[in-house]
Amino acid sequence: MASDITSAAPTGWRARHAGTIRQWRLYAHLFRRSFSSMLGLFLVVLFLVLAAAGPALAPYPEDTMGAVHLDNRLKPPSLAHPFGTDEMGNDILSRVIVGTRTSLWIGLIITGVAALIGVPLGIFAGYMGGRIREVIMRITDVFLSVPGLALALAIVASLGPGITNCVIALSLVWWPGYVRLIDSKTLALKEELYIEAARAIGARTPRILFHHILPNCVSPLIVKASMDMGMAILSAASLGFIGLGAKPPSPEWGAMISVARSYMPDWWWYALFPGLAIYLTVLGFNLFGDGLRDILDPKSRGR
Amino acid sequence: MVLFVGKRLLLFGFMLLGLLTIMFLITNVAPGDPAKLMAGQNATQDMVETIRREYGLDKSLPEQYAVYIGGVLRGDLGRSIVSTKPVVEELLRYFPATFELVLVAMGLGILIGVPFGMLSAVYRDSWIDHATRIFSVSGVALPAFWFGLLLQLYFAVHLEWLPVSGRLELITPPPEPVSRLYLIDSLLRGEFDTFREAFQHIILPALVLSFPCLASILRVNRAEMLEVLQSDYIVAARANGIPAFRIITVYALKNAMLPTLAIIGLRFGWMLGSTVLVETVFDWPGIGLYAVQSALYSDFKPVLGVTLLIGFCFIFINFLIDLAYGWLDPRLRTQ
Repeated sequence: MASDITSAAPTGWRARHAGTIRQWRLYAHLFRRSFSSMLGLFLVVLFLVLAAAGPALAPYPEDTMGAVHLDNRLKPPSLAHPFGTDEMGNDILSRVIVGTRTSLWIGLIITGVAALIGVPLGIFAGYMGGRIREVIMRITDVFLSVPGLALALAIVASLGPGITNCVIALSLVWWPGYVRLIDSKTLALKEELYIEAARAIGARTPRILFHHILPNCVSPLIVKASMDMGMAILSAASLGFIGLGAKPPSPEWGAMISVARSYMPDWWWYALFPGLAIYLTVLGFNLFGDGLRDILDPKSRGR
Repeated sequence: MVLFVGKRLLLFGFMLLGLLTIMFLITNVAPGDPAKLMAGQNATQDMVETIRREYGLDKSLPEQYAVYIGGVLRGDLGRSIVSTKPVVEELLRYFPATFELVLVAMGLGILIGVPFGMLSAVYRDSWIDHATRIFSVSGVALPAFWFGLLLQLYFAVHLEWLPVSGRLELITPPPEPVSRLYLIDSLLRGEFDTFREAFQHIILPALVLSFPCLASILRVNRAEMLEVLQSDYIVAARANGIPAFRIITVYALKNAMLPTLAIIGLRFGWMLGSTVLVETVFDWPGIGLYAVQSALYSDFKPVLGVTLLIGFCFIFINFLIDLAYGWLDPRLRTQ
């Protein structure tokens, strides 16, 4: 009798969600067809696994916490140390693996904070229109008028160097993009019939904003967030390279390259591998975001 | 047209005021005591108080704001603590190097980006299209500082084709300053050896700087070309038997260039921001390197000065592009 119930339940569930399942299968099909999207997915998953497992995967976990092996200094890549060793004799592969977690966290926080500030402002500006919109959008424009890296540099310079201040600075320069995106989307959505219907039956503004408009902004939001993860990681690594981000003994990719620079050109592997990690992470998130846009936004298909 | 220009000018002024306000807020509302930060870690309480009075940090915020705006309008951006010289003076000294670098990089971006964008649209889904697509996505993802180091390693150290860093060799005297751009000045003076040397020095940093810009110009140009090539007037031109080459380069490119122009303006600002990285890698004596070195000494007036200058250039370029838009597309003037 029990087997009857378990075999009946999935068909029922499938039947009830047939539309959704078909939709998702179409998405999966479109996504699979594109080589670059799959490459992006692969890279993103790879770095997520590295970030999650981190220290467990690193061959020499103690090397990421400031161990010193002076007899092993600056050894070229070998079987024991596939990425070579740095000036403290630490295994670069281990440091690159453990650095993944730092970088992904940084990317996640910056993108998250930016979206948390930008999305409500954008949706509010777009729905309210008039004066309120004018004010919000002008402020956004002013923030967009300084290139992000330069503004972040100024903020870090006045807050003082350090990884926390870098994250704060980058979050502060990142939100205007979300306001722009959500505002334009909301402007288009608020003329839709179902919004008018919701208003007609007496739905209050917050309900219209967060229950009717926001869910329809999700797909461009996901695409942008995915792309921004990559760019935020890149910017944080850039500040690390300049010497304003994470301080060198901690395994952060940008900071590693910053130190490695003084060991160029003879000890090239020191700078090569952390840089490759940055490049592949950013590439992965960009390709993944690009692939998502292709499936979520039918207008961009084939362009 | 007069009304259009007037409106743009008003917007331009507003953006500048907004920029100044942000810069003011960064220094004065940020947690932490600016006077303490300026005095350094080992300063006594007395020194901090002296600095506070000297820089007017003991006044109220609106007063400080008025003083700040007044100062900037008079061309006073404060002094650098490290060199004790006025920031404006130093910005004027370092800016030409950055400007030259950005100009060459932008030239590279346009000269490579536009034709390849066109090719990739015309030969859609061919190998050249796929290659350009991979290239344009990876161009944005490449960390400029790392890419610069790799190019240095290969072209300067391994092949020894190009110099590693700097604007000229240390022993070469810079050309007599006219525009302060070495490439132009050396040509004006007929010093062709200096010109060649300056050119060899600028290739690698300009290439690194142009890469993300090149990638996005290429991308936008491709997308626009694809759209324009499908429009009716192109079909009509084809039906009239106009040669394909002429259709693509004259008829289609003209209309596809408008959005490309907007990207060029946007990228110009990004490039100025990235000089911070590229100039650090190549020891290029411009405002980017100046900002980084000052930031490392917690000397923040120069950093703010550089950010302000970059923001000003960016707003100004976009103002010019807005005007160009109005000139190229008459429909915009009446809106």
